[in-house]
Amino acid sequence: MMTNPAGRITQGQFSFLPDLTDAEIALQIEYGLNKGYAWSVEYTDDPHPRNTYWEMFGMPMFDLKDAAGVMLELHNCRRTFPRHYIRLMAFDSTRGVESIAMSFIVNRPAREPGFGLVRQESHGRSIRYTVHSYATDAPEGERDSG
Amino acid sequence: MASPLYNIPGVAPPPQVAAVPAGDAHDASSMRTVNQVLAQSQAGAVIDELERDLIGLAPIKARIRDIAALLVIDKLRMNLGLQAQAPSLHMSFTGNPGTGKTTVALRMAEILHRLGYVRKGHLVAVTRDDLVGQYIGHTAPKTKEVVKKAMGGVLFIDEAYYLYRPENERDYGQEAIEILLQVMENQRDDLVVILAGYRDRMESFFRSNPGMSSRIAHHLDFPDYPQGDLLRIADRMLEQRNYHFGPGARAAFEQYIGYRIKQQHFANARSVRNALDRARLRQASRLFVDKDREFSPEDLTTIAEPDIRASRVFQIAAAQNPD
Repeated sequence: MMTNPAGRITQGQFSFLPDLTDAEIALQIEYGLNKGYAWSVEYTDDPHPRNTYWEMFGMPMFDLKDAAGVMLELHNCRRTFPRHYIRLMAFDSTRGVESIAMSFIVNRPAREPGFGLVRQESHGRSIRYTVHSYATDAPEGERDSG
Repeated sequence: MASPLYNIPGVAPPPQVAAVPAGDAHDASSMRTVNQVLAQSQAGAVIDELERDLIGLAPIKARIRDIAALLVIDKLRMNLGLQAQAPSLHMSFTGNPGTGKTTVALRMAEILHRLGYVRKGHLVAVTRDDLVGQYIGHTAPKTKEVVKKAMGGVLFIDEAYYLYRPENERDYGQEAIEILLQVMENQRDDLVVILAGYRDRMESFFRSNPGMSSRIAHHLDFPDYPQGDLLRIADRMLEQRNYHFGPGARAAFEQYIGYRIKQQHFANARSVRNALDRARLRQASRLFVDKDREFSPEDLTTIAEPDIRASRVFQIAAAQNPD
Protein backbone atom coordinates (compact mmCIF):
# COMPACT_ATOMS: atom_id res chain seq x y z
CA MET A 1 0.00 0.00 0.00
CA MET A 2 1.25 3.47 -0.80
CA THR A 3 0.71 5.83 2.08
CA ASN A 4 1.82 8.90 0.16
CA PRO A 5 0.77 8.53 -3.48
CA ALA A 6 1.77 12.04 -4.53
CA GLY A 7 5.23 11.63 -3.02
CA ARG A 8 5.09 14.79 -0.97
CA ILE A 9 5.65 15.22 2.71
CA THR A 10 2.76 16.77 4.56
CA GLN A 11 3.98 18.89 7.45
CA GLY A 12 2.57 22.16 8.73
CA GLN A 13 -0.24 24.16 7.26
CA PHE A 14 -1.44 23.92 3.64
CA SER A 15 0.67 20.83 3.01
CA PHE A 16 -2.22 18.92 1.42
CA LEU A 17 -2.80 21.83 -0.95
CA PRO A 18 -0.84 22.47 -4.10
CA ASP A 19 2.20 24.66 -3.54
CA LEU A 20 1.27 28.24 -2.68
CA THR A 21 2.19 30.86 -5.23
CA ASP A 22 4.31 33.81 -4.11
CA ALA A 23 1.22 36.03 -4.06
CA GLU A 24 -0.54 33.57 -1.78
CA ILE A 25 2.48 33.26 0.47
CA ALA A 26 2.58 37.07 0.72
CA LEU A 27 -1.08 37.07 1.74
CA GLN A 28 -0.43 34.53 4.48
CA ILE A 29 2.52 36.59 5.72
CA GLU A 30 0.35 39.67 5.68
CA TYR A 31 -2.25 37.85 7.78
CA GLY A 32 0.38 36.90 10.34
CA LEU A 33 1.83 40.41 10.46
CA ASN A 34 -1.63 41.82 11.14
CA LYS A 35 -1.85 39.43 14.09
CA GLY A 36 1.51 40.70 15.34
CA TYR A 37 3.51 37.55 14.61
CA ALA A 38 7.24 37.58 13.89
CA TRP A 39 8.16 35.55 10.81
CA SER A 40 11.26 33.50 10.32
CA VAL A 41 12.64 31.37 7.50
CA GLU A 42 14.05 27.89 8.12
CA TYR A 43 15.46 25.19 5.86
CA THR A 44 16.50 21.56 6.04
CA ASP A 45 17.32 18.59 3.84
CA ASP A 46 16.08 16.03 6.38
CA PRO A 47 12.28 15.93 6.29
CA HIS A 48 11.88 13.34 9.05
CA PRO A 49 8.74 14.22 11.01
CA ARG A 50 10.67 14.22 14.28
CA ASN A 51 13.21 16.68 12.90
CA THR A 52 11.55 19.58 14.70
CA TYR A 53 14.27 22.18 14.64
CA TRP A 54 15.33 23.13 11.16
CA GLU A 55 18.24 25.42 10.39
CA MET A 56 17.45 29.13 10.74
CA PHE A 57 18.01 31.27 7.69
CA GLY A 58 18.87 34.59 9.30
CA MET A 59 17.23 35.99 12.37
CA PRO A 60 13.50 35.98 13.11
CA MET A 61 12.05 39.20 11.75
CA PHE A 62 10.42 41.33 14.41
CA ASP A 63 8.66 44.68 13.92
CA LEU A 64 7.96 44.22 10.24
CA LYS A 65 5.01 46.04 8.71
CA ASP A 66 4.91 44.57 5.23
CA ALA A 67 5.24 41.13 3.67
CA ALA A 68 7.87 42.34 1.22
CA GLY A 69 10.59 42.05 3.88
CA VAL A 70 9.84 38.38 4.57
CA MET A 71 9.51 37.65 0.85
CA LEU A 72 12.94 39.21 0.32
CA GLU A 73 14.44 36.84 2.86
CA LEU A 74 12.55 33.88 1.38
CA HIS A 75 13.90 34.64 -2.10
CA ASN A 76 17.40 34.82 -0.66
CA CYS A 77 16.91 31.44 0.99
CA ARG A 78 15.54 29.88 -2.20
CA ARG A 79 18.50 31.17 -4.13
CA THR A 80 20.91 29.71 -1.57
CA PHE A 81 19.08 26.39 -1.07
CA PRO A 82 17.02 25.77 -4.21
CA ARG A 83 16.53 22.05 -3.50
CA HIS A 84 16.01 22.08 0.26
CA TYR A 85 12.82 22.14 2.20
CA ILE A 86 12.10 25.72 3.27
CA ARG A 87 9.37 26.72 5.67
CA LEU A 88 8.05 29.96 7.08
CA MET A 89 7.21 30.13 10.76
CA ALA A 90 5.25 32.77 12.62
CA PHE A 91 6.13 33.28 16.25
CA ASP A 92 3.39 34.66 18.45
CA SER A 93 5.05 36.56 21.28
CA THR A 94 1.81 37.22 23.15
CA ARG A 95 2.22 36.51 26.83
CA GLY A 96 0.93 33.06 27.56
CA VAL A 97 1.31 31.90 23.95
CA GLU A 98 5.00 32.52 23.15
CA SER A 99 5.00 29.82 20.57
CA ILE A 100 4.83 29.12 16.86
CA ALA A 101 1.40 30.07 15.57
CA MET A 102 1.83 29.31 11.87
CA SER A 103 4.23 27.13 9.92
CA PHE A 104 4.12 26.05 6.31
CA ILE A 105 6.46 24.69 3.66
CA VAL A 106 7.24 27.08 0.83
CA ASN A 107 9.93 25.18 -1.05
CA ARG A 108 10.50 21.47 -1.75
CA PRO A 109 13.05 19.43 -3.63
CA ALA A 110 11.91 18.26 -7.06
CA ARG A 111 11.91 14.63 -5.96
CA GLU A 112 10.82 13.61 -2.50
CA PRO A 113 11.78 10.00 -1.88
CA GLY A 114 9.51 9.62 1.16
CA PHE A 115 9.88 7.25 4.10
CA GLY A 116 10.40 3.58 4.70
CA LEU A 117 9.36 1.43 7.64
CA VAL A 118 12.26 -0.08 9.52
CA ARG A 119 11.77 -3.19 11.61
CA GLN A 120 14.27 -3.91 14.33
CA GLU A 121 14.30 -7.29 16.00
CA SER A 122 14.41 -6.75 19.69
CA HIS A 123 14.55 -9.12 22.68
CA GLY A 124 12.44 -12.23 22.35
CA ARG A 125 10.21 -12.10 19.30
CA SER A 126 9.25 -8.45 19.68
CA ILE A 127 9.78 -6.05 16.82
CA ARG A 128 10.47 -2.35 17.08
CA TYR A 129 9.25 -0.15 14.30
CA THR A 130 10.59 3.19 13.19
CA VAL A 131 10.34 5.50 10.21
CA HIS A 132 13.36 6.08 8.02
CA SER A 133 13.68 8.95 5.60
CA TYR A 134 15.22 7.84 2.29
CA ALA A 135 16.46 11.40 1.82
CA THR A 136 18.99 10.85 4.58
CA ASP A 137 20.58 7.82 2.87
CA ALA A 138 22.95 10.23 1.15
CA PRO A 139 25.32 12.23 3.31
CA GLU A 140 24.47 15.79 4.17
CA GLY A 141 25.18 18.16 1.30
CA GLU A 142 24.54 15.47 -1.35
CA ARG A 143 20.91 14.90 -0.51
CA ASP A 144 19.49 17.56 -2.78
CA SER A 145 20.64 15.87 -5.96
CA GLY A 146 17.15 14.52 -6.73
CA MET B 1 -18.39 9.01 -2.86
CA ALA B 2 -17.35 9.22 -6.47
CA SER B 3 -14.60 11.78 -6.10
CA PRO B 4 -12.88 13.10 -2.98
CA LEU B 5 -13.66 16.61 -1.79
CA TYR B 6 -9.99 17.44 -1.64
CA ASN B 7 -7.31 17.57 -4.30
CA ILE B 8 -4.43 15.17 -4.12
CA PRO B 9 -1.42 17.40 -4.65
CA GLY B 10 0.33 16.93 -7.94
CA VAL B 11 -2.46 14.77 -9.35
CA ALA B 12 -5.07 17.19 -10.63
CA PRO B 13 -4.14 20.77 -11.46
CA PRO B 14 -6.38 22.94 -9.28
CA PRO B 15 -7.80 26.29 -10.42
CA GLN B 16 -5.57 29.25 -9.59
CA VAL B 17 -6.70 31.37 -6.69
CA ALA B 18 -6.75 35.09 -7.44
CA ALA B 19 -4.62 36.98 -4.93
CA VAL B 20 -6.58 40.22 -5.15
CA PRO B 21 -10.36 40.35 -4.64
CA ALA B 22 -11.79 40.86 -8.09
CA GLY B 23 -14.51 43.35 -7.12
CA ASP B 24 -12.10 46.05 -6.00
CA ALA B 25 -9.96 45.83 -9.07
CA HIS B 26 -12.99 46.18 -11.28
CA ASP B 27 -14.11 49.35 -9.51
CA ALA B 28 -10.73 50.97 -9.76
CA SER B 29 -10.25 50.07 -13.40
CA SER B 30 -13.45 51.78 -14.49
CA MET B 31 -12.26 55.20 -13.32
CA ARG B 32 -11.62 57.65 -16.14
CA THR B 33 -11.42 61.13 -14.57
CA VAL B 34 -9.05 62.75 -12.12
CA ASN B 35 -11.91 63.44 -9.75
CA GLN B 36 -12.90 59.80 -9.58
CA VAL B 37 -9.36 58.82 -8.61
CA LEU B 38 -9.10 61.69 -6.13
CA ALA B 39 -12.38 60.73 -4.51
CA GLN B 40 -11.12 57.20 -3.99
CA SER B 41 -7.61 58.03 -2.77
CA GLN B 42 -8.34 61.24 -0.83
CA ALA B 43 -5.20 62.71 -2.32
CA GLY B 44 -6.92 66.06 -2.57
CA ALA B 45 -7.56 66.11 1.17
CA VAL B 46 -3.90 65.33 1.80
CA ILE B 47 -2.77 68.23 -0.34
CA ASP B 48 -5.21 70.62 1.31
CA GLU B 49 -4.05 69.50 4.73
CA LEU B 50 -0.46 70.07 3.75
CA GLU B 51 -1.30 73.52 2.50
CA ARG B 52 -3.03 74.33 5.78
CA ASP B 53 -0.68 72.75 8.29
CA LEU B 54 2.71 73.67 6.89
CA ILE B 55 3.61 77.32 6.67
CA GLY B 56 5.81 78.50 3.80
CA LEU B 57 7.81 75.80 1.98
CA ALA B 58 6.28 76.72 -1.40
CA PRO B 59 8.79 74.77 -3.56
CA ILE B 60 8.30 71.64 -1.44
CA LYS B 61 4.54 71.82 -1.67
CA ALA B 62 4.74 72.35 -5.42
CA ARG B 63 6.85 69.22 -5.81
CA ILE B 64 4.51 67.15 -3.66
CA ARG B 65 1.60 68.35 -5.78
CA ASP B 66 3.49 67.30 -8.92
CA ILE B 67 4.15 63.85 -7.50
CA ALA B 68 0.53 63.48 -6.46
CA ALA B 69 -0.62 64.51 -9.93
CA LEU B 70 1.72 62.03 -11.58
CA LEU B 71 0.47 59.19 -9.41
CA VAL B 72 -3.16 60.03 -10.18
CA ILE B 73 -2.53 60.29 -13.92
CA ASP B 74 -0.57 57.03 -13.81
CA LYS B 75 -3.59 55.35 -12.30
CA LEU B 76 -5.75 56.66 -15.14
CA ARG B 77 -3.20 55.50 -17.72
CA MET B 78 -3.14 52.06 -16.16
CA ASN B 79 -6.94 51.86 -16.39
CA LEU B 80 -6.75 52.48 -20.12
CA GLY B 81 -4.16 49.78 -20.51
CA LEU B 82 -1.30 52.17 -21.11
CA GLN B 83 2.09 51.47 -19.60
CA ALA B 84 2.41 53.10 -16.19
CA GLN B 85 5.71 52.31 -14.58
CA ALA B 86 5.87 53.23 -10.93
CA PRO B 87 8.03 56.33 -10.72
CA SER B 88 11.12 56.32 -8.56
CA LEU B 89 10.29 58.38 -5.52
CA HIS B 90 13.52 58.30 -3.54
CA MET B 91 14.20 61.79 -2.27
CA SER B 92 16.83 63.85 -0.63
CA PHE B 93 15.89 66.71 1.66
CA THR B 94 18.53 69.34 2.11
CA GLY B 95 18.28 72.52 4.08
CA ASN B 96 19.38 74.40 7.13
CA PRO B 97 18.45 73.22 10.62
CA GLY B 98 14.83 73.68 11.57
CA THR B 99 13.44 74.08 8.07
CA GLY B 100 10.99 71.22 8.43
CA LYS B 101 12.79 68.28 6.82
CA THR B 102 11.67 65.69 9.37
CA THR B 103 8.15 67.10 9.57
CA VAL B 104 7.73 66.86 5.82
CA ALA B 105 9.20 63.33 5.74
CA LEU B 106 6.58 62.22 8.26
CA ARG B 107 3.91 63.78 6.10
CA MET B 108 5.38 62.25 2.98
CA ALA B 109 4.89 58.73 4.31
CA GLU B 110 1.24 59.45 4.92
CA ILE B 111 0.76 61.20 1.58
CA LEU B 112 2.34 58.40 -0.43
CA HIS B 113 0.26 55.90 1.47
CA ARG B 114 -2.98 57.74 0.70
CA LEU B 115 -1.96 58.08 -2.93
CA GLY B 116 -1.52 54.33 -2.97
CA TYR B 117 2.19 54.42 -3.74
CA VAL B 118 3.41 52.71 -0.57
CA ARG B 119 1.34 49.96 1.00
CA LYS B 120 1.60 50.69 4.73
CA GLY B 121 2.65 54.31 5.08
CA HIS B 122 4.80 54.05 8.19
CA LEU B 123 8.02 55.96 8.63
CA VAL B 124 11.20 54.34 9.92
CA ALA B 125 13.59 57.11 10.95
CA VAL B 126 17.21 56.03 11.35
CA THR B 127 20.65 57.54 11.63
CA ARG B 128 24.11 56.13 11.01
CA ASP B 129 24.08 54.18 14.27
CA ASP B 130 21.07 52.13 13.19
CA LEU B 131 22.63 51.11 9.88
CA VAL B 132 26.35 50.73 10.45
CA GLY B 133 27.77 47.98 12.62
CA GLN B 134 30.75 47.95 14.92
CA TYR B 135 32.77 45.11 13.47
CA ILE B 136 33.22 43.22 10.21
CA GLY B 137 30.06 41.39 9.19
CA HIS B 138 27.85 43.37 11.52
CA THR B 139 26.76 46.06 9.08
CA ALA B 140 25.00 44.01 6.41
CA PRO B 141 22.51 42.24 8.72
CA LYS B 142 21.90 45.46 10.60
CA THR B 143 21.16 47.46 7.47
CA LYS B 144 19.04 44.68 6.01
CA GLU B 145 16.98 44.46 9.18
CA VAL B 146 16.24 48.17 9.05
CA VAL B 147 15.38 47.94 5.36
CA LYS B 148 13.02 45.04 6.00
CA LYS B 149 11.29 46.99 8.75
CA ALA B 150 10.81 49.92 6.39
CA MET B 151 9.31 47.83 3.59
CA GLY B 152 5.88 49.09 2.63
CA GLY B 153 6.71 52.51 4.02
CA VAL B 154 9.33 55.21 4.06
CA LEU B 155 12.91 54.86 5.27
CA PHE B 156 14.11 58.23 6.52
CA ILE B 157 17.86 58.52 6.98
CA ASP B 158 18.64 61.63 8.95
CA GLU B 159 22.07 63.22 8.52
CA ALA B 160 22.86 60.73 5.80
CA TYR B 161 26.31 62.17 5.12
CA TYR B 162 27.63 60.51 8.28
CA LEU B 163 27.28 57.19 6.43
CA TYR B 164 30.30 58.09 4.37
CA ARG B 165 33.53 58.86 6.18
CA PRO B 166 36.14 59.81 3.61
CA GLU B 167 38.88 60.06 6.23
CA ASN B 168 38.60 56.34 7.05
CA GLU B 169 38.61 54.13 4.00
CA ARG B 170 37.87 51.02 6.03
CA ASP B 171 34.75 52.55 7.51
CA TYR B 172 31.76 50.21 7.43
CA GLY B 173 29.47 52.98 6.25
CA GLN B 174 30.34 52.20 2.65
CA GLU B 175 28.87 48.72 3.08
CA ALA B 176 25.59 50.18 4.31
CA ILE B 177 25.52 52.55 1.35
CA GLU B 178 26.00 49.66 -1.08
CA ILE B 179 23.12 47.70 0.43
CA LEU B 180 20.92 50.78 0.33
CA LEU B 181 21.78 51.36 -3.32
CA GLN B 182 20.85 47.80 -4.16
CA VAL B 183 17.54 48.05 -2.33
CA MET B 184 16.74 51.45 -3.83
CA GLU B 185 17.19 49.94 -7.27
CA ASN B 186 15.55 46.53 -6.86
CA GLN B 187 12.78 47.12 -4.33
CA ARG B 188 11.54 50.39 -5.75
CA ASP B 189 7.91 49.30 -5.33
CA ASP B 190 8.41 48.26 -1.73
CA LEU B 191 9.94 51.26 -0.06
CA VAL B 192 10.84 54.90 -0.51
CA VAL B 193 14.16 56.11 0.84
CA ILE B 194 14.47 59.72 1.98
CA LEU B 195 17.90 61.11 2.84
CA ALA B 196 18.10 64.31 4.82
CA GLY B 197 20.83 66.61 5.95
CA TYR B 198 22.44 70.02 5.77
CA ARG B 199 22.93 71.32 2.28
CA ASP B 200 26.71 71.66 1.93
CA ARG B 201 27.49 68.35 3.62
CA MET B 202 24.88 66.48 1.59
CA GLU B 203 26.39 67.93 -1.57
CA SER B 204 29.82 66.58 -0.73
CA PHE B 205 28.21 63.26 0.23
CA PHE B 206 26.59 63.01 -3.19
CA ARG B 207 29.79 64.06 -4.91
CA SER B 208 31.61 61.13 -3.36
CA ASN B 209 28.68 58.73 -3.97
CA PRO B 210 27.48 59.48 -7.49
CA GLY B 211 25.50 56.23 -7.57
CA MET B 212 23.41 57.45 -4.66
CA SER B 213 22.77 60.81 -6.26
CA SER B 214 21.61 59.35 -9.57
CA ARG B 215 19.21 56.95 -7.89
CA ILE B 216 17.43 59.80 -6.16
CA ALA B 217 14.86 61.36 -8.43
CA HIS B 218 13.85 64.25 -6.23
CA HIS B 219 16.39 66.58 -4.70
CA LEU B 220 14.32 68.94 -2.59
CA ASP B 221 15.94 71.99 -1.09
CA PHE B 222 14.26 73.48 1.96
CA PRO B 223 14.60 77.27 1.95
CA ASP B 224 15.08 79.30 5.12
CA TYR B 225 11.86 80.80 6.42
CA PRO B 226 11.31 84.52 5.93
CA GLN B 227 10.55 86.51 9.06
CA GLY B 228 6.79 86.62 8.43
CA ASP B 229 6.59 82.84 8.14
CA LEU B 230 8.50 82.41 11.41
CA LEU B 231 5.99 84.66 13.17
CA ARG B 232 3.12 82.65 11.76
CA ILE B 233 4.84 79.46 12.87
CA ALA B 234 5.08 80.95 16.38
CA ASP B 235 1.35 81.70 16.30
CA ARG B 236 0.62 78.15 15.23
CA MET B 237 2.87 76.64 17.92
CA LEU B 238 1.26 78.70 20.67
CA GLU B 239 -2.19 77.84 19.42
CA GLN B 240 -1.38 74.13 19.52
CA ARG B 241 -0.30 74.44 23.15
CA ASN B 242 -3.25 76.61 24.23
CA TYR B 243 -1.29 79.83 24.60
CA HIS B 244 -1.58 83.20 22.92
CA PHE B 245 0.36 86.45 22.75
CA GLY B 246 -0.76 89.19 25.14
CA PRO B 247 -0.90 92.86 24.12
CA GLY B 248 2.41 93.95 22.64
CA ALA B 249 3.91 90.48 22.93
CA ARG B 250 3.49 89.62 19.26
CA ALA B 251 5.27 92.79 18.17
CA ALA B 252 8.02 92.05 20.69
CA PHE B 253 8.38 88.55 19.33
CA GLU B 254 8.59 89.89 15.78
CA GLN B 255 11.44 92.12 16.90
CA TYR B 256 12.98 89.16 18.69
CA ILE B 257 12.96 87.09 15.49
CA GLY B 258 14.57 89.97 13.60
CA TYR B 259 17.44 90.06 16.10
CA ARG B 260 17.71 86.31 16.46
CA ILE B 261 18.14 85.67 12.71
CA LYS B 262 21.28 87.76 12.70
CA GLN B 263 22.82 85.96 15.66
CA GLN B 264 24.75 82.72 15.73
CA HIS B 265 23.28 79.21 15.53
CA PHE B 266 19.93 80.32 14.24
CA ALA B 267 17.84 77.22 13.48
CA ASN B 268 14.65 78.55 11.91
CA ALA B 269 11.50 76.96 13.32
CA ARG B 270 13.48 75.12 15.99
CA SER B 271 14.81 78.43 17.35
CA VAL B 272 11.27 79.75 17.40
CA ARG B 273 10.12 76.74 19.36
CA ASN B 274 12.96 77.08 21.85
CA ALA B 275 12.27 80.79 22.28
CA LEU B 276 8.62 80.07 22.96
CA ASP B 277 9.54 77.35 25.44
CA ARG B 278 11.74 79.79 27.32
CA ALA B 279 8.96 82.40 27.25
CA ARG B 280 6.67 79.80 28.78
CA LEU B 281 9.22 79.21 31.53
CA ARG B 282 9.34 82.93 32.27
CA GLN B 283 5.56 83.17 32.21
CA ALA B 284 5.37 80.29 34.68
CA SER B 285 7.79 81.85 37.14
CA ARG B 286 6.05 85.22 36.76
CA LEU B 287 2.80 83.60 37.85
CA PHE B 288 4.49 81.41 40.43
CA VAL B 289 5.37 84.30 42.76
CA ASP B 290 1.69 85.24 43.24
CA LYS B 291 1.05 82.47 45.72
CA ASP B 292 -2.44 83.53 46.76
CA ARG B 293 -3.86 84.76 43.48
CA GLU B 294 -6.67 82.89 41.75
CA PHE B 295 -5.75 82.54 38.07
CA SER B 296 -8.24 82.83 35.27
CA PRO B 297 -7.77 80.83 32.06
CA GLU B 298 -6.76 84.11 30.46
CA ASP B 299 -3.86 84.50 32.92
CA LEU B 300 -2.66 80.98 32.33
CA THR B 301 -2.71 81.14 28.54
CA THR B 302 -1.21 84.58 27.94
CA ILE B 303 2.42 85.10 27.04
CA ALA B 304 2.94 88.73 28.04
CA GLU B 305 5.34 91.22 26.51
CA PRO B 306 7.84 91.14 29.43
CA ASP B 307 8.11 87.35 29.02
CA ILE B 308 9.51 87.95 25.54
CA ARG B 309 11.49 91.10 26.34
CA ALA B 310 13.42 89.37 29.12
CA SER B 311 15.27 87.31 26.52
CA ARG B 312 19.02 87.53 26.31
CA VAL B 313 18.72 88.12 22.56
CA PHE B 314 17.57 91.69 23.17
CA GLN B 315 20.52 92.44 25.45
CA ILE B 316 23.00 91.04 22.92
CA ALA B 317 21.40 93.04 20.13
CA ALA B 318 21.48 96.18 22.25
CA ALA B 319 25.16 95.61 23.04
CA GLN B 320 25.97 95.21 19.37
CA ASN B 321 24.08 98.28 18.20
CA PRO B 322 24.30 100.89 20.97
CA ASP B 323 22.26 103.65 19.32
